[in-house]
Amino acid sequence: MNVWLVILFKLVVAIVVLFVAAFVVMFAELKVSAHMQSRIGPYYCGGRWGWAHVIAEVFKWLQKEDLVPAAADGPVFRAAPMVSVLGMCAVAVVIPLSPTLVGANLDVGIFYALAAGAVSTVAILMAGWSSGNKFSLLGGLRAGAQLIAYELPLVLAVVGVVIQAGTMSMVGIVEAQSQPVFHLGSVGIPLPYVLQGQIVGFVIFMIAALAELVRIPFDMPVAESELVMGYLTEYTGIRFTMFLLAEYGGMVVMSAIASVLFLGGYYFPGLNATWFGPFVLLGKALVLTFVMIWFRWTWPRFREDQLQSLAWRWLVPIALVNIAVTATLKVLL
Amino acid sequence: MSAPRTVPSEPVRSAVPGLGLFKGMWLTLKTLFSKPATVFYPVEKEIPLPRARGVIALDVEACTVCMLCARECPDWCIFIEGHKVEQPPAQPGGRVRSKSVLDRFDIDFALCMYCGICVEVCPFDALFWSPEYEYSGRVPADLLHSKDRLSVWLATVPEPPALEEQPEPPAPEEQP
Repeated sequence: MNVWLVILFKLVVAIVVLFVAAFVVMFAELKVSAHMQSRIGPYYCGGRWGWAHVIAEVFKWLQKEDLVPAAADGPVFRAAPMVSVLGMCAVAVVIPLSPTLVGANLDVGIFYALAAGAVSTVAILMAGWSSGNKFSLLGGLRAGAQLIAYELPLVLAVVGVVIQAGTMSMVGIVEAQSQPVFHLGSVGIPLPYVLQGQIVGFVIFMIAALAELVRIPFDMPVAESELVMGYLTEYTGIRFTMFLLAEYGGMVVMSAIASVLFLGGYYFPGLNATWFGPFVLLGKALVLTFVMIWFRWTWPRFREDQLQSLAWRWLVPIALVNIAVTATLKVLL
Repeated sequence: MSAPRTVPSEPVRSAVPGLGLFKGMWLTLKTLFSKPATVFYPVEKEIPLPRARGVIALDVEACTVCMLCARECPDWCIFIEGHKVEQPPAQPGGRVRSKSVLDRFDIDFALCMYCGICVEVCPFDALFWSPEYEYSGRVPADLLHSKDRLSVWLATVPEPPALEEQPEPPAPEEQP
């Protein structure tokens, strides 16, 4: 088959899946947050349950004027939202939906994912710096400090899994989790890594992922009571939508990576991974996404110094200990 | 009835650190699966409390154009005009009496802040609180309601609350 056709097909599928997932998560956040506050949320748009609400809202944003402030650094200001979406899409490439349905099965998949995920940091710094607004600048710098602080525990939490699986390939990590850990009679019982002692790594990964996504309780960069909207202050219309898309798509992508690393990815005992893999993976990712939404609408925000102290004084040392213990046990057992 | 006047000096801490976070999550989860409190307003309506401050109703017959309400109104949202008419004497040969007739009684609900001072100050019980609340308009000028409209709302005024129970009157003292 023509290689360009394959690439085009993969592109269309990836964009459709990713954007639909982002829309679903946006809608879920509206509805879940509403019901958690004893409200209904979107109701009339689309005729039933307000299902078309997010679509209508995106069309509304698309119609808005594309404003660039006079003091802004134009090209950088315009490019920042695209970089943000690009970073999110770049990470999604290596997530395996099934043993064969994967954008690129890299040998260093998880390494690549973490590296590409850091691109969003650049986008936020670009947005904050180029807006020509002190609130944006403060938000951008806070985001920079926060994302650097939490990149470290994120990577260190993954290292434990990589040691245990003995591979960095995302498919390889899932395959390693589908191997039986022990035998009950003649039936081999496979366990995801979260049940194989990586629970600490899982918790650290989820906390760091929340911080990377700049969501409550880690939303210091957009702290709307202090910084208007942080690095998003000057954005309107389609560029704001792109940031929003990157945030919600990023939630799905981060949850998918967490489920690949810790929850067994597309593997589920008794289900054919080739056919049911995508649904299993998306199901696991959506559960984790729900937990992220749940955190957001329950917990208050951290203070800036608490946020830094959590990362450097707690998460990094615990992650290091986790690596040491995992490596020791891997050698001994 | 007496609430504590001081705040605790120490923040309240749970026995297990971080337990409060999970208590909060349990609460939001419970709320998530319970019935929302939303009332679909145009379709279903809440029944307002009987003494709700919805709108001010006017009893035209009781009003004597004394202007006390208009003068006490903090927003100056009550507009009253009246004139005097001479009444024939009650008995032949008596003095001619004058009576005030209400020409205009408007309340601008765009200005009104629903303090209820006019209702309290009215010495002739001409103003009442009614629980009606559906009188919105397209422009602020639509919220200026005349005495015809205000007296229509008089029918919706609930019965005044029953008097509080009085103690038994003291027994008459015996004369020495």
